[in-house]
Amino acid sequence: MTGVFAAASAAIVVCMGLTLIRSIAGPTVFDRILAVNSFGTKTVLLIALIGYLSGRPDFLDLALVYALMNFIGTIAAMKFTRFGDLAGMEDEDSDEVY
Amino acid sequence: MASPIEVLSWVMILSGSVFVIIGGIGLLRLPDFYTRIHAAGITDTLGTWLILIGLMLHEGFSLGTAKLAMLLFFLLATGPLATHALAKAAFLRGLDPLQGRELVDRHEVDDSA
Repeated sequence: MTGVFAAASAAIVVCMGLTLIRSIAGPTVFDRILAVNSFGTKTVLLIALIGYLSGRPDFLDLALVYALMNFIGTIAAMKFTRFGDLAGMEDEDSDEVY
Repeated sequence: MASPIEVLSWVMILSGSVFVIIGGIGLLRLPDFYTRIHAAGITDTLGTWLILIGLMLHEGFSLGTAKLAMLLFFLLATGPLATHALAKAAFLRGLDPLQGRELVDRHEVDDSA
């Protein structure tokens, strides 16, 4: 059983590396946000798997908090790239993609 | 000797890792933002489903399974929502999807480079 958890954790760590490459190289800001969101999902899975790997399922609480924070972080980053501000909603009417 | 439920949980966790790897490779290799969303969607839904349900089968009927079910619900609700909002934001900001010949040409250039 430990071997299965270790193999799955290794696969997720490799995949997190690939995602990190995309988040650094991504041409547009949306690629980066997508990669960071995907990275967060993988982090949640990794925390849950490592909790079972080390015999401490209490790690699931951390995974729950991380899942919620990941979603809020993604939405906040999107709003920040759109408005340049987390509080206001004014549209600057720019056509820039990046 | 492993019980059938344990074997099923191994199979689900390992196939979930395979889907996570496929999603990661797709995120790196696909040519366009809108195609990369598909790759991220595989990780967010199928990989997460398989790994978390495999952990539930390993855990049995306990508090840990309730926490895993909550985790599954949150990831299932927030992952596609974030992806959809991201795609909509990108499209409204004027990021055009690659289409037709352009997509093929871009891919060939990537392969030869």
